[in-house]
Amino acid sequence: MSRIAGRFATLKAAGRKALIPYITAGDPLPASTVPLLHALVEAGADILEIGVPFSDPMADGPAIQRSSERALKNGIGLSDVLNLVIDFRKKDSTTPVVLMGYANPIEAMGVEKFVAAAQAAGIDGVIVVDYPPEECAPFVERCRKSGIDVIFLLAPTSTDERIRSVALAGSGYLYYVSLKGVTGVKNVDAGEVAAHLPKLRAASTLPIAVGFGIKDADSARAIAKSADAVIIGSRIVQEIESAGAEHAVARVKALIAPIRKALDA
Amino acid sequence: MQMYDLPDSRGHFGPYGGTFVAETLSHALDELRAAYERCRKDAAFMAEFHDELKHYVGRPSPIYHARRWSELLGGAQIYLKREDLNHTGAHKINNTIGQALLARHMGKQRVIAETGAGMHGVASATVAARFGMQCIVYMGSADIKRQAQNVYRMKLLGAEVVPVESGSRTLKDALNEAMRDWVTNVEDTYYIIGTVAGPHPYPMMVRDFQSVIGEECKLQMPELTGRQPDAVIACVGGGSNAMGIFYPYIGDPKVRLIGVEAAGEGLATGKHAASLSAGTPGVLHGNRTYLLQDANGQITETHSVSAGLDYPGVGPEHAWLKDLGRAEYVSVTDDEALAAFNGLCRLEGIIPALESAHAVAHAARIAPSMPKDKALLVNLSGRGDKDMQTVADRMGIKL
Repeated sequence: MSRIAGRFATLKAAGRKALIPYITAGDPLPASTVPLLHALVEAGADILEIGVPFSDPMADGPAIQRSSERALKNGIGLSDVLNLVIDFRKKDSTTPVVLMGYANPIEAMGVEKFVAAAQAAGIDGVIVVDYPPEECAPFVERCRKSGIDVIFLLAPTSTDERIRSVALAGSGYLYYVSLKGVTGVKNVDAGEVAAHLPKLRAASTLPIAVGFGIKDADSARAIAKSADAVIIGSRIVQEIESAGAEHAVARVKALIAPIRKALDA
Repeated sequence: MQMYDLPDSRGHFGPYGGTFVAETLSHALDELRAAYERCRKDAAFMAEFHDELKHYVGRPSPIYHARRWSELLGGAQIYLKREDLNHTGAHKINNTIGQALLARHMGKQRVIAETGAGMHGVASATVAARFGMQCIVYMGSADIKRQAQNVYRMKLLGAEVVPVESGSRTLKDALNEAMRDWVTNVEDTYYIIGTVAGPHPYPMMVRDFQSVIGEECKLQMPELTGRQPDAVIACVGGGSNAMGIFYPYIGDPKVRLIGVEAAGEGLATGKHAASLSAGTPGVLHGNRTYLLQDANGQITETHSVSAGLDYPGVGPEHAWLKDLGRAEYVSVTDDEALAAFNGLCRLEGIIPALESAHAVAHAARIAPSMPKDKALLVNLSGRGDKDMQTVADRMGIKL
């Protein structure tokens, strides 16, 4: 069983929901990333999503755009992100790690080289925002051979037919984008999400994680009523931005701990 | 050459093109594809499109034999396809008319567009006013400073111009921001992409709307010269004016197709926008194509004296025509383009857009070594009124 599947199985057995925080690698400083990842785990993260900075993050709102720009100013590329994960794995061999980003950095490295390096670094899953299943079959195949889950997004606009084909192509979990829009701009509507999820459940047995617009303990708890996992990105990235490198770890822990508590309550 | 029937049903031109978008847009693109398929086969829709082109845009645009310019060069004859005479001053309107009609057909009342130099923004604002639609134009804040007049033109036409402050604050970032708007307002919004790039069906659809240029040329050249030209030359940023004039000629192997990219300060300096000449394949803005990028796959900043060519990618069909060898792609520097700009002003009384001046410059480069009975057809894609400030600045003249 993959680390991601294992983690969801354990949580399910305990009747708990997964908390999946996102941070952009190399933000605010390259040296911040590994301590932040460990802090997130200490504060109750079950799976970690690490953003690979990209010059043209089309699906992201202002907070993650700025984090990407800061990381790029620090010279962080995909190979540096892989090295940061290697570093993280020295002290944590159990928490699943998922890379999230855009297709071009992967294509520039080459799919073969990327998958081999990702596997060696201990990466469990990848989310490539602009790789819909119909455009990346060889990539999915290559990842699957190396035991890396390719996690696809589904949206409120996805048709039933699309839900079926996306559900079939993906593994690890389904990432349900809770709203029409970019990351971190609007607030999530838990009622709408709950109304959509049965269609996803009917098409797939994969756990469903919901992201985009979850900002605090209340919204996380509301979403977790229907979802298996909540993903929080922009809100954390904003906290890192306002805290600065020196205080980022403490502030992020303080942000995440109550959300964990709310999910377990 | 085999019959050319591209793209395939999913928008691929060989390995290029495709639909590399976030999931939220997948359904919107499916709807757009279906609507466009219906409209292109609908005689009434196409009749209305051509009626607008005739009475509103002023088509067909003439072909002009640049005799004095050809004589001075002493070789091949140069013919100019006068897209600069279109309403709004460039070829861009051909496409925005088509897409605005499509938006209306789809019942969308709000249109958005990205713009670099402002020409596509102006063409979009124009058709939005013409058809009574709300129009929002995304424009990099760096471009807004460079193109103040076009910003004012868009506002006069009733459009809202939204400055984009992210990334390099230029065309590519405006495109990112327009995509973000579309993802957010996908139900009531139509996105008018201005070039033959973006996810399927845009590269095909924009090419189809622009191919009126080449279709006219195929009729006009024999009338003028008794035959088709030996070569067709067009500038390539995203590549819409070039695809428009190339496409009807693809099946005629006797006609050379030459795309001219912006070499900026020279390919060796890195300050250019020549993605086909100096880039590598990758994925950006919904399609796979040649891109200017660094070793980490980050898109690099481009440079050209002409804002309309200042884009780090290129339409996927050009990428495939390059790989097939059906079209040739060359580049022209800022200085060469400016020299051609001046030449055309003085010798023919035509002030070309700086973008189009790149195509003119390449024609001037190859004409002298060709016999006098050869014909070069240059797409004069736009007029240079918008470039007065830029040219004056380069010449150290204060307006």
